[in-house]
Amino acid sequence: MEVFVQQVINGLTLGAIYGLIAVGYTMVFGIIGMVNFSHGDVFMVGGFTALILFLLVTGALGFGAGAVFLAILVCLVLGMALTGLWSWTIERLAYRPLRGSFRLAPLISAIGMSMVLVNFVQVAQGARNKPIPPMLRDGIKIMEGNGFVVTLAYKQIVIIVVTAILLGIFWYVVQKTPLGRAQRACEQDGKMASLLGIDVDRTISITFVIGAALAAVAGVMYLIYYGVISFSDGFIPGVKAFTAAVLGGIGSLPGAVLGGLIIGMVETLWSAYFSIDYKDVAAFMLLAITLIFMPQGLLGKPEVEKV
Amino acid sequence: MASATDEKPASLADITRNALFWTVIALGLFILLIGLKTDQKDNTIVLVGRPLLLAGVLLSVFAGAFVIGLNNQRKQTALLAGKVATPSATLARIEPYIRPFLLAFVVAFPVIAIAGSGWQGSLKWIDNFGIQILIYVMLGWGLNVVVGLAGLLDLGYVAFYAVGAYSYALLAEQYGLSFYILLPVAGVLAAFWGIILGFPVLRLRGDYLAVVTLAFGEIIRLVLINWVEFSNGYAGISGIARPTFFGIPFTSDDDGFAARFGLEPSGIYYKIYLYYLILVLAMMTAYITTRLRRLPIGRAWEALREDEIACRALGINTVTTKLTAFAIGAMFGGFAGSFFAARQGFISPESFTFIESAQILAIVVLGGAGSLYGVVIAAVGIVGGFELLRELDFLKIVFGNDFDPAQYRALIFGLSMVLIMLWKPRGLVSSRQPSVALKETKAISSDLVKEGHG
Repeated sequence: MEVFVQQVINGLTLGAIYGLIAVGYTMVFGIIGMVNFSHGDVFMVGGFTALILFLLVTGALGFGAGAVFLAILVCLVLGMALTGLWSWTIERLAYRPLRGSFRLAPLISAIGMSMVLVNFVQVAQGARNKPIPPMLRDGIKIMEGNGFVVTLAYKQIVIIVVTAILLGIFWYVVQKTPLGRAQRACEQDGKMASLLGIDVDRTISITFVIGAALAAVAGVMYLIYYGVISFSDGFIPGVKAFTAAVLGGIGSLPGAVLGGLIIGMVETLWSAYFSIDYKDVAAFMLLAITLIFMPQGLLGKPEVEKV
Repeated sequence: MASATDEKPASLADITRNALFWTVIALGLFILLIGLKTDQKDNTIVLVGRPLLLAGVLLSVFAGAFVIGLNNQRKQTALLAGKVATPSATLARIEPYIRPFLLAFVVAFPVIAIAGSGWQGSLKWIDNFGIQILIYVMLGWGLNVVVGLAGLLDLGYVAFYAVGAYSYALLAEQYGLSFYILLPVAGVLAAFWGIILGFPVLRLRGDYLAVVTLAFGEIIRLVLINWVEFSNGYAGISGIARPTFFGIPFTSDDDGFAARFGLEPSGIYYKIYLYYLILVLAMMTAYITTRLRRLPIGRAWEALREDEIACRALGINTVTTKLTAFAIGAMFGGFAGSFFAARQGFISPESFTFIESAQILAIVVLGGAGSLYGVVIAAVGIVGGFELLRELDFLKIVFGNDFDPAQYRALIFGLSMVLIMLWKPRGLVSSRQPSVALKETKAISSDLVKEGHG
């Protein structure tokens, strides 16, 4: 029981990270119907940006509690901005010219872009793992029994709280602001939206930026949680977040978060009770099974093929 | 960036402003990731500034944006003046000669290599260039069936390559069977896996299919890593039996190839033999593919690529059509895999990573999906290009001694994939021959082409 509770806590934390990335996939898919293959690597770029910002701030201010707090804040704000800029540039240069082109062209361009990001970071920052000094090490004891202490680490609290707040802000933006309305309109019918005076290109750009900003938050959280990042860390979380988006129903925002939580849970429980070696296999199998038996996902609308 | 359809060509000031804009963007992108380097120092990470490199990168971004702007302006001016460049007819004129010339060249390649760089020097050319490029040509042609003809984006092709390689390695180890018996077995096993993996996923749309095949590719690799009793995990399988020349082994013993034929003992015969082996395998792939294209199934593939809904409306069973393409592509991958295992003598899961899939896909897509020549051009360019890059010593002088071109390999792939998609979304050789063409134009009576009579 205690082990199970602990695993659920860990799963929620991991699921929050996947959910943040999955929102980016699902939004982009919703609006232009494309699997943004490089999104996982945008997340990794976000993580690296956070790493460098974190080292800059703590290098200047030391490792006090206030400094760490400030560093995380700087990582979040600047990291979101800079990662958003990356995503904006990628969309502008590699995807926008291909809109309306040969069906596979944007996808292949995205695969190419993903390789560019991974290898750019490898070449620019080196191939080694990049650890940060451990922080927020302690936690709250929740329950104790059978010689096992269930703890809720402070960093898990930070991750879950920050994710919840940001998803709340994001939810507000999409549901209540003119920007969100334009975005939903483009998602439903791009051509009609443009006839009604919405700048579709701009809305798509903003969608990419928002998705990347949330991925950057996920990058910061990932860095806090694992304390290490490497250039190749975008691929597996990216595929898992995509799985989450598909599982929740691609195009559905609550679905992405729900899917993220399920994937995080499945992964931690699988590692705890079956085999840690095959945890990625479990996530990939879940993706395949979902797509085969339930392509519309948990909260998605069934797809209607139009000629 | 001004698009080519704007009314007025951009002025020099506009171009400069545009270039400055992109430089500012680049500053935002690179200020942390290039401007600062994270270096390991006694278990902690320290930041090292690289202002010079950052300045250099920004300068090249500015220069690049400026040149692109100028180029666009030139094009626009030409467009406004009504001078539109017509596509040259050179390719069409030389096309009939390409095939025999290429064929003669690849057949004579070992001889040319030996004549050009001597008995020992040619080893490198035949092995690193000839065999390596031909393996990728064959893989490209195999994947071409799936991506180029049937239009299914397969990101896990390397899984079938791995199935072929491990089938040969494990069966040869266990049962001591020869390469030529196991080659078809490996192909059949790979095709079988293609069917198993393909059957559930082929109902999916293009991009879903891509991600699921990617996941399957990773699953196979992860299983090979973790199932140590089966595949020996990371350590891989070594000492894989070499193919023999009709039972004559390539050894320096008395019953070896050189001794039997009274030749000087040398490793080169084996390499030449492998070269012709992979050449035959690749040619077989090309031959089967071109023949298949003319069969109803091949035409169904191409129809499927162009419009799946129309295909279904016309009564084509899309699932079996896709499945055959998937299985045949997988089979060629399996052949190539078993050849790879035999040639290397050692395989491990490291050889079957996603980057390998991406490289094969890059070859197919960059060359022009569906075009056999395109695949050859792209394979020579990509594989040969990187081998050449490794040879160039002056690069070390320019970029410092620890410059390793292999590091930039994937970066250049990625960039070239994006750039070629932007430039030619259908690949370098995008013109495809129709699978059926009328030999001569027939004169049709004007009665038949009247309105309402087609």
